[in-house]
Formats: sequence, structure tokens, C-alpha cells
Amino acid sequence: MKDMTDIGTGPLLRVEGLAKYYGARVGCEGVSFDLYPGEVMGIVGESGSGKTTLLNCLAGHLAPDAGQVLFDRAGQLVDTVTMSEPERRMLSRTDWAFVHQHAHEGLRMNVSAGGNVGERLMGLGARHYGKIREQAVDWLGRVEIAEDRVDDRPTAFSGGMRQRLQIARNLVTGPRLVFMDEPTGGLDVSVQARLLDLLRGLVREMGLSAIIVTHDLAVVRLLADRLMVMKSGQVVETGLTDQVLDDPQHEYTQLLVSSVLQV
Amino acid sequence: MKQEQGGTMISVQDVSKTFTLHNQGAAVIPVMEGASLQVAAGECVALVGASGAGKSTLMRMIYGNYLSASGRIMVGEVDVASAEPREILRLRREVLGYVSQFLRVVPRVATLDVVAEPLLAVGVTAEEARARAADLLGRLNIPERLWGLSPTTFSGGEQQRVNIARGFARQYPAMLLDEPTASLDAANREQVMQLIEEAKARGAAIIGIFHDVEARDRVCDRAVDVTGFTPAKVA
Repeated sequence: MKDMTDIGTGPLLRVEGLAKYYGARVGCEGVSFDLYPGEVMGIVGESGSGKTTLLNCLAGHLAPDAGQVLFDRAGQLVDTVTMSEPERRMLSRTDWAFVHQHAHEGLRMNVSAGGNVGERLMGLGARHYGKIREQAVDWLGRVEIAEDRVDDRPTAFSGGMRQRLQIARNLVTGPRLVFMDEPTGGLDVSVQARLLDLLRGLVREMGLSAIIVTHDLAVVRLLADRLMVMKSGQVVETGLTDQVLDDPQHEYTQLLVSSVLQV
Repeated sequence: MKQEQGGTMISVQDVSKTFTLHNQGAAVIPVMEGASLQVAAGECVALVGASGAGKSTLMRMIYGNYLSASGRIMVGEVDVASAEPREILRLRREVLGYVSQFLRVVPRVATLDVVAEPLLAVGVTAEEARARAADLLGRLNIPERLWGLSPTTFSGGEQQRVNIARGFARQYPAMLLDEPTASLDAANREQVMQLIEEAKARGAAIIGIFHDVEARDRVCDRAVDVTGFTPAKVA
């Protein structure tokens, strides 16, 4: 529930001075922000601006060269950069989820839809086949995949269905923070709208926090509470989504917003 | 939030605004200076002034989608001019409603759910939220057969009424109304007038832009001319 964004509670994620370099080239640099429970933050910028590098550093897929990624665990902020590999892997199976742009990167393509969802539960120790299947079917329903498709492999699914399956696989374990990399990229417009509606509903019902990387300003307008604009690895502007889009302050953001037909 | 009748709910204090157009030679355009106004609970104040005088600009500054260069904008206990995004988000969820001129929604969402959403966002049950949404859509003469469809395909007037229904779904202590009666026929205009009067009666502080003079005279207690907030031309 959105009410969980109480001013009194502490941040779910605190990022301080995060940097990643590729040799002499800056991947991202000097990134700091707080994300609170129930908040959805969009990261926008053009290709090569460092937004995907940043997301991968946050999610533990890339080791940053400097900075901290602190995550709330039972009221204590724990640095996920310095924690052990097994601990971090456990985190990405429980409290964290990652939705890839290309569904096949986040799915096992030769395993049934039900198996894809069940696998994440089994990773947490679920062993009762009937219960796993029941939960898998329930989640497929929530992402609007019919029960009679539960035994089909994702190879037989359309792009939009695969993306919804990937979301079900990620959310079945009830994460608190979801990282999304261009979740609607490559889908046609009507499928995008359906996915956006689904994501909005899930974020609200589950009280999820999310960080969404996209170059699509219309997507963040509908999905994100807050925006971070990146250029050449640096954060050039942050703020409330409609404020950044309606009254952009930085030169680059003004260019970005004025380049879109309509957002 | 319970609001005492007559207590100040919205207070704009010496606010200014400039636009810097980086891609047009970094031109700095001052658009507002020394803007001040107060709105009490249960009061409706009209913003007036010629087109381009800054009525919508001021309204957007109060809602927080335009930044203020200086001054304070108190809505309840939050200073919108300096608040963190999440404080403004909470303010919008719980205290400050806004009926804009344009409906902006996720394309495939049913009209009933579009209207119910502000209620769902504060934890009202789906059943109760939909009942309230149905009541408002009925009052604003949106035929029931359209409730299951996305409003993106509706006519301009229908979209405007859906937008109004959504804006009035929650009983906000403070509201901003941008031309709420534009493009409405007499019957629907009357419904909107009554919604505004009901909101005032329960203590809402309202700021409105009305080109419809008759509507303005009926619901507004006084008018503030924003022309007075226009900066002196820079030579």
C-alpha cells in the first residue's frame, strides 16, 4: 500500500558516491540517492549515459569501483557491495528482483512457464510440488497468463507474454525492491500499455519499491514517482517526475524533453 | 486531515518564477514576482488575468510540477517550494487534489478504475472505491456502458468529465481546478458547480481558473488578479 511511504520510516536503499569506470572511461560517477519503501524511481538518459551500468552496480551484477549500496535489513542499513557473494546472491533471490529488457535473459527458455515461476520458490526451499504449482498458477493469473499455458515453454509465448512471465517469476517470492531494465522496450505500444497497467497495480498492491531504467519518457511519466536524469555517467537532474518533465532545469533534460513528440 | 472552517489552508508567500531556456541561448525569462495569496478552508478563490498572465503557471507551482525560484508555498503543513519529492507525493495523495485540463492515463485502463485510482492509492477497498467512482460518473452523465472502456477513445467533453470525476473521487482538504467547466453542456456544468459547492461546504480550500464568468461568480468568494505578479519588463 502506498501509505507505506511514511515520512517517519527510513530509506529502503541508500546509495552513496557510487562509481564505475571502464579503464579511463566513466561508466557512472558520484551517484547518491535514497529510495523509500513504496517509491518508484525512473532513471532516464540516452544510450551510453550510464543508466544501465548504474542499475547493474546497484543490483550487484557489476562491482562498483567506489561507493556504497546500503539496503535495509530489519531496520539496519547493510552495505551490499562489501557483503559476501553468497549473502548477495541470497538477497537477489529474496528481497530483490531483476526484470531484464530481454525476457529470455531472465527466463529459462526450455523450462515450462510454471517451472520458471516455481523455480524461484524452490530456490528458497519450497519442496511441496502441489503448493508450488498452485502458487505458480496463481501468479500466472495475476500477470494475465491463462492457466492452460502453465505447461508451455516461454519459446511458445509472444514477447509481451514472456515479459509478463518474467515479472511473475520475479515477484512470486515477494521481493521488496525490483530493478527493471527497459521493461517495456521492444514491445509494441498496446502491449506496453497493458504491461504498464499491470506493473502499476502490482507496485501498489505489494507496496514494492522499484528502480526503472528506460529511455522512454512516456513510460516514466506513468510509472515513476521520481526521476533521475543521467548524462555521460553523471546525474544531471533529479526530482518529482512531472516536475522534471514539465519544468526541466538542466540543459540536457530540456533537450531530452523537447525532443519527444509528446509525453 | 480535519480542517477548521476559516483557517488558512493554502498560503503563497512572495513567490517568484523564472524559466531558463538553455537551448535558446540560455535566455532567462522572469515570469512571476512577489506572488502572494491565501485561501482559507471552505473558501474558493479565482485566479484571473489575461491569457498568458501566469494563472496556470502559479497553479502548477502550487501543485509542485513547476519549481519556484523563491518564496514559500504552504499547503497544510508542507512548503511545496522546498519539499522533497516524497513529501509532495504524500501531499498529493492525501491533501491536495488537482483537476487539470487534460486527462493523462495508462491507455487500456477502464474508466471506472481511472476514477477509483486516487482512492485505491490511499488504501480504500476496491469495492468502496468503485462505488464512489460509479456514483460520480453517473452524476456527470457518463453512460454506464462506457465505464468498462478506456477513456482515451472518448470525446473531449467526456474525457473532461472523467477527469473531474477522478479529481473529486477523494475529498481533498485542498483543490486546484483548471477550467473545470470548459467544454461542458449546461447539465454537466451544473453538476460540476454542485461538486465544487459540496467540497466548499465540507471545508475544502479551492483555487480555480474559470473563463466561464457566470460559474466563477457563483462558486468563487473572491478573485486574485495574477497580472499583479507579472515582473516589470526587463529593458
